[in-house]
Amino acid sequence: MKANRLKTIWRGMGTGFKLTVVVCATALLTISVFAYVSVRSHSASLLAEVERHASQLSESVRLSTEYDMLHNHRELVHESIRRIGNQRSIQRIRVLNKAGSIIYSSDAAEIGSMVDKKGESCYLCHAAGRPLERLEMKDRTRVFRPAPGSSRILGTITPIYNAPSCWTAACHAHPRERVVLGVLDVTMPLAEVDKDIRRGQLEIAVFALSAILALSLITGFFVKRLVTSPVAELVDATRRIAGGELGHIIPERADDELGLLAKSFNNMTHKLSEARLQLVQSDKLASLGRLAAGVAHEINNPLTGVLTYSSFLLKHTKDRPDLQEDLQIIVREAIRSREIVKSLLDFARQSVPRKGEADINAIIGRAESVVGGQFALNNIKVVRELDPALPRIKADAGQLEQVFMNLFVNAADAIGTGGGAITVSSSALKLPPSAAAQIRKALCPKRHSLIDAGTPLDGKPSVRLKVKGAGAEGFLHLSAMYGSGVQLCSLPPAAGGPAQYACPECAVPLNSKGAACPACGGAVYAFEAPPWGMIEGCAAKGCGWRRWQGAEDAGNLEFVELRISDTGCGIETENLQKIFEPFYSTKGQKGTGLGLAVIWGIVDNHGGTIRVESKTGAGTTFIIRLPVNA
Amino acid sequence: MKDQRDILAIDDEPVITGAIRKVCAAEGLSVDTEEGAAAGLARLEDSSYRLIICDLMMPGAGGLEFLAEAARRGVSAPVIIATGYATLENAALSLARGAINFIPKPFTAEELLAAVRLALRCDRLQREAAAPPGAGAPPAYAPCPPGYYRLGCLSWAKVESEGSVLVGAGGLFLGAVGPLGALELSLPGEETMQGAACAAAVSAAGDRHPVLCPVSGRIVEVNAGAAATPALAEKEPYSGGWLYRVLPSNLQAELGRLTACGPERIEPGQARQQRR
Repeated sequence: MKANRLKTIWRGMGTGFKLTVVVCATALLTISVFAYVSVRSHSASLLAEVERHASQLSESVRLSTEYDMLHNHRELVHESIRRIGNQRSIQRIRVLNKAGSIIYSSDAAEIGSMVDKKGESCYLCHAAGRPLERLEMKDRTRVFRPAPGSSRILGTITPIYNAPSCWTAACHAHPRERVVLGVLDVTMPLAEVDKDIRRGQLEIAVFALSAILALSLITGFFVKRLVTSPVAELVDATRRIAGGELGHIIPERADDELGLLAKSFNNMTHKLSEARLQLVQSDKLASLGRLAAGVAHEINNPLTGVLTYSSFLLKHTKDRPDLQEDLQIIVREAIRSREIVKSLLDFARQSVPRKGEADINAIIGRAESVVGGQFALNNIKVVRELDPALPRIKADAGQLEQVFMNLFVNAADAIGTGGGAITVSSSALKLPPSAAAQIRKALCPKRHSLIDAGTPLDGKPSVRLKVKGAGAEGFLHLSAMYGSGVQLCSLPPAAGGPAQYACPECAVPLNSKGAACPACGGAVYAFEAPPWGMIEGCAAKGCGWRRWQGAEDAGNLEFVELRISDTGCGIETENLQKIFEPFYSTKGQKGTGLGLAVIWGIVDNHGGTIRVESKTGAGTTFIIRLPVNA
Repeated sequence: MKDQRDILAIDDEPVITGAIRKVCAAEGLSVDTEEGAAAGLARLEDSSYRLIICDLMMPGAGGLEFLAEAARRGVSAPVIIATGYATLENAALSLARGAINFIPKPFTAEELLAAVRLALRCDRLQREAAAPPGAGAPPAYAPCPPGYYRLGCLSWAKVESEGSVLVGAGGLFLGAVGPLGALELSLPGEETMQGAACAAAVSAAGDRHPVLCPVSGRIVEVNAGAAATPALAEKEPYSGGWLYRVLPSNLQAELGRLTACGPERIEPGQARQQRR
């Protein structure tokens, strides 16, 4: 239960926090182990130093007293041991005989007393029950506390072995068969050493703790800076975008993975907002169509009265030159109004442009000459960067002239009366079919159109097929953009995709006979997509393979790209996606809010695209791409 | 005996009917006006007219309902449909339902009169053709041959074996226009739509009559002969006088909105004329 709760809490923590905790825990473990080992080896080496000192001392005492012992000069031995034992670094020196009786000692009081075999100076040899006769150097020392709470003491035992001189000496004190005659026991206080050890431990502990603390802080800081904050920004951006704020842009701070993620994220939002714009646009255009139809009907009736009566009067007042001129103006303006209403209806109906060979540079020139008068008044300079070798394109010159006139007027309005510049440039552009080819016509073998404007995908009318599969029947919508894999299928997803494709109108099968998708082996549809012949494809989920051999063979598609930039007030980012919407206007009473919507419609009808880049206070650029061979 | 009048104008807007009355009366035509389809039909009980001009969209019954009801009652007067909601679909639909012409509002006095004169002449030609052929009387106009599809009497379409469609102006229409002054034609490569004006016949008198196209598609060829000599279209409207070869974009659906020309509609004398 407790483990589960911890697990829940852990899962609820932020990535940055978890990362910091893991790094700190690792550091804590590593540094602790390191500190522990250091303390151990430091203590051991200090102790070894004392040991070495003690054994050296023992050896010195043994050698310096040996001669006196052999000659039985007890007083001299006593004196030597007392003197040496009086040094501060030595607690006590004593010599025990085999029976455990203290013969010499730096502490005169204990001479003659017996030592218990279980006593600390004896157990090294006598612990095993039977006395050892040889003791290794490392085994001769012992560390003990004489009483609980007192400081530690190091004792070194040096056995005094029997030697020929001992049993041949004048005193004949020792028999020949004895191996060990007695023990020299030197004890040294460890208080100083223990103090050193404690100081070392403290130092290492302080270092370890500071290292852990520093590491935690540094890790925490960088994790926050490099991970937590960018991730928080991404999360925040996702929320904003989910809330519909598609103009939100994440600052791209580095080229690392998170930077790349932010970049792809921004790219995705951009694409998303473009797609949404196109969708909204189609939707708005549909309602605009209904509205325009109503308006046209309402306006056309009163206009009929004006036009009929005025033209009638014009015809019947040939003898009144004073009236003729006025009537001509009324008729002319009424006819102009008729054309305006008609173009509104045409636009609402997305009328087919009357295309001919068009010279875009010349069209730009004409548009400029129409609205140019206003530029000079407002101190606006027009910079032309037109490509003289621009290919002529198939387009409706009248409609395109309207596009440029509108954009020029918008640019001039954005600049205002303060003066500025409008730059208009044209250039040729080549794009591969996968990036730009669009299916504009799709026909079944019985010449039924498969294009469905009612369900736009990628902002363009889609291709609609009837599909059968998994015992169900439905419709499949394919994006008209050749390079796009976007599709919409009303069938439940089945492995291998729909089995049968057909024309929605006449149900003639559209399966490519005997062909299997080279990517997934599913059924392949095929229909005619003029002007580039048959297009084949597979609609299996996740496959989306398509081949439009004609388009591929036709090579890169040619476009002309036109840019109109101004140095005006710019458009705020959140408004950028609204500007192409019908009835969106920043000009109040001056504008209808239809200008850019009309432009969008015209460019779209030419198979082109229009987009806008803007920076508040710096200016706006409209970029139009039109196909050369539409 | 019913009153014999020239024109009945039906529109829910008095300003329109008033304008029609003014313009036509100046040409010596007698005009009655009504503000609705039902009132118009009631008026037809008492009077007979040479021509009816009816609005398409009116409260209650509209122009299409009026056409259907007039046909059911055996009204023989030709009907021009006028509308402020001049969509291509409405144009094609009105002609398919039996209107003799379609005129978008707003129109000038000249445009209105041109349409009126054309309709009256069409009607006269049709009556002459329906009458038993007089000895040696020249045929009034070339009829639409079987296998052709027509949009009212304005234009026709003939599907060719290659999938393309031949488009021309109707024989009755050209006959009614009278001596042709000029033919205004589109250019090859242009797109055209069913119900959209794709050409205009200008009479010697200067009246300009738009020809609405029977099918949508791309014009791939313009008949150079007809363009050079408009008289060719007048003489052989259904053969050598064709106007365009069109690559259709939505043929099957559009043929459904056209009227098939059939042998049962052709008088023996006219059929002979066509074969010759």
